[in-house]
Amino acid sequence: MMTLKVNGQDHQIDSEPDTPLLYVLRDELQLNAAKFGCGLGQCGACTVIVDGKAVLSCVTPLVLLEGKHVTTLEGLGTVSEPAPIQRAFMEEQSAQCGYCIAGMMMRAQALLQRNPKASDEQIRAELAPHLCRCGTHMRILRAIHRAARLMDTAELSPAEQRSAQ
Amino acid sequence: MARSAIIGGAFAALIVGGAGAVFLIAWRPAIAAIEPPAPQSFAPDLVKRGRELAAIGNCNDCHTVSGSKSFAGGLPVPTPFGTVFSSNITPDTETGIGRWSEAAFRRAMLAGVDREGRHLYPTFPYDHFTNVSDDDNHALYAFLMTRQPVRAPAQDNRLLFPLNQRVMIAGWKLLFFHRGTLQPNPAKSAEWNRGAYLVEGLAHCGACHTPRNPLGAERANASFAGGNVDNWKAYALNAQSSSPVPWDAEALYAYLRDGWHPDHGTARGPMAEVVRNLSQVTPGDVQAIATYMADKFGPPAPERSRKGEEALAQAKSGAAASGPEALRMDSPGAAIYASACATCHESGRPPPYGGINLGLSTAISDPDPRNLANIVLSGVRPVEGERSPIMPAFAGSMNDAQIVSLFNYLRSRFSNQPAWTGVEKTVREARGTETASLQPSAGARQAPPADPAQRAKP
Repeated sequence: MMTLKVNGQDHQIDSEPDTPLLYVLRDELQLNAAKFGCGLGQCGACTVIVDGKAVLSCVTPLVLLEGKHVTTLEGLGTVSEPAPIQRAFMEEQSAQCGYCIAGMMMRAQALLQRNPKASDEQIRAELAPHLCRCGTHMRILRAIHRAARLMDTAELSPAEQRSAQ
Repeated sequence: MARSAIIGGAFAALIVGGAGAVFLIAWRPAIAAIEPPAPQSFAPDLVKRGRELAAIGNCNDCHTVSGSKSFAGGLPVPTPFGTVFSSNITPDTETGIGRWSEAAFRRAMLAGVDREGRHLYPTFPYDHFTNVSDDDNHALYAFLMTRQPVRAPAQDNRLLFPLNQRVMIAGWKLLFFHRGTLQPNPAKSAEWNRGAYLVEGLAHCGACHTPRNPLGAERANASFAGGNVDNWKAYALNAQSSSPVPWDAEALYAYLRDGWHPDHGTARGPMAEVVRNLSQVTPGDVQAIATYMADKFGPPAPERSRKGEEALAQAKSGAAASGPEALRMDSPGAAIYASACATCHESGRPPPYGGINLGLSTAISDPDPRNLANIVLSGVRPVEGERSPIMPAFAGSMNDAQIVSLFNYLRSRFSNQPAWTGVEKTVREARGTETASLQPSAGARQAPPADPAQRAKP
């Protein structure tokens, strides 16, 4: 039994310590934004934020998470109150099939928290571990720049402040 | 009075004589500037040969900043004495070597002196290049003089006094720089001799793989005993080799050519660029390098061969473990390994796309855990636009204590070596450089994130 802190809430988890975080998020906590893509940490679809850093949840066992703060896309905003990164992706219509998008948004969020003025080159380098086969890359880039501008003009929501810790 | 005059006179004579001696040792004439030769004046075959030689010499690795113009220099090379910036070796007339005659180029290679007669810092490995033949320098010159000229002024080196005085280099040369050390060995095959010529000369393998003395010169009595490069360990390539499976010429050839070998894994870190370059040269030259280096490793002792066979058999069978730690699945290191590492490293999928069985990994059996720290923190990035091996970075998901417990587990389960000491410090330092390499500092060397130069199509 361990305590897992997700989106600001403590959860008592009974899984084995070597269980990947992704399985716990999806199967135990019904947080389905993070996706199972390859299960090998090679596609980026399962990306979440742990203590402010983008992390591949399919290769992150529970044993690594004692005392750390996990943030998933659900923790950034809601349908009625989307976070800047979510608004930007919608406004730029960056999703086609959408399978990779949650992971992309999480890594972009972590990048912008660290570096609000990330250049095009830095965004490309940062998102290199993420695969998208629909090919909406240019829209994704535009959305991240838009999110940076939105964040610059808006106060951070409480959830974002948490994930920035 | 008379006595003090004599002493004074002797002292003055000593100073004048000393200065004269320094002048004789240190002074080199300038070689006249030329009008740059027209690119068309070089035969295409010669340029092509020069391109291959430049690949063997790994010239681009130091003389090109990642993402910038080829051979324009400006890469900061950290040394224990300060930072030396690589020079612009494009044929630009103002900032490159456009006004260098072939004689000036040859002198730089053979003696470490630039066209104007200034001594070059031995970061430029002329202690090896002095062995390069005139024919090869002729081809290298043709290749470089037909590159696109790039205007990129030299950056000032950041060296402490008195090392920033180039006259000091003359003294260094007097102590450590010897010309004509490489003689053909008639007792060995032509291929071995070709390999010796390349390895000890242009390829300058020892520059990284041989340890250096406190003054930065390669230790002649510790040839290929393992060295340092950019926060990576350059493994020992002699009898002290720590690879679980002993290297032979065949494995070396495949590794140097393809960037990986099933019994040894994938080239990463600074070695990735080396094999990327070697994938473009005549197979015969790579074969010669492999033959010579296999001889430097020497035939393995029977005990070492037996252990190598054992490691291979264990890797093949996927058998779990040898060490006592193996059964302790309750240790945090074991749990981390089981869920974060084993999914690839015990997938049964062969390298390079499957992870190598860690019982074959030199990163774990080597006395120095730095390479393991670099690779776990930063992962292996795929080569853009190619099929290539990949490993996720774990810097974000593991803290230092967790990495240390993982490393202790890996070391005890996958090697029969004693536990590492000072892993905490190693991990902390590796994290420092990893963070630095993620900073958007233009021109900083992309240290740990490795591009494996895996060219072979499976």
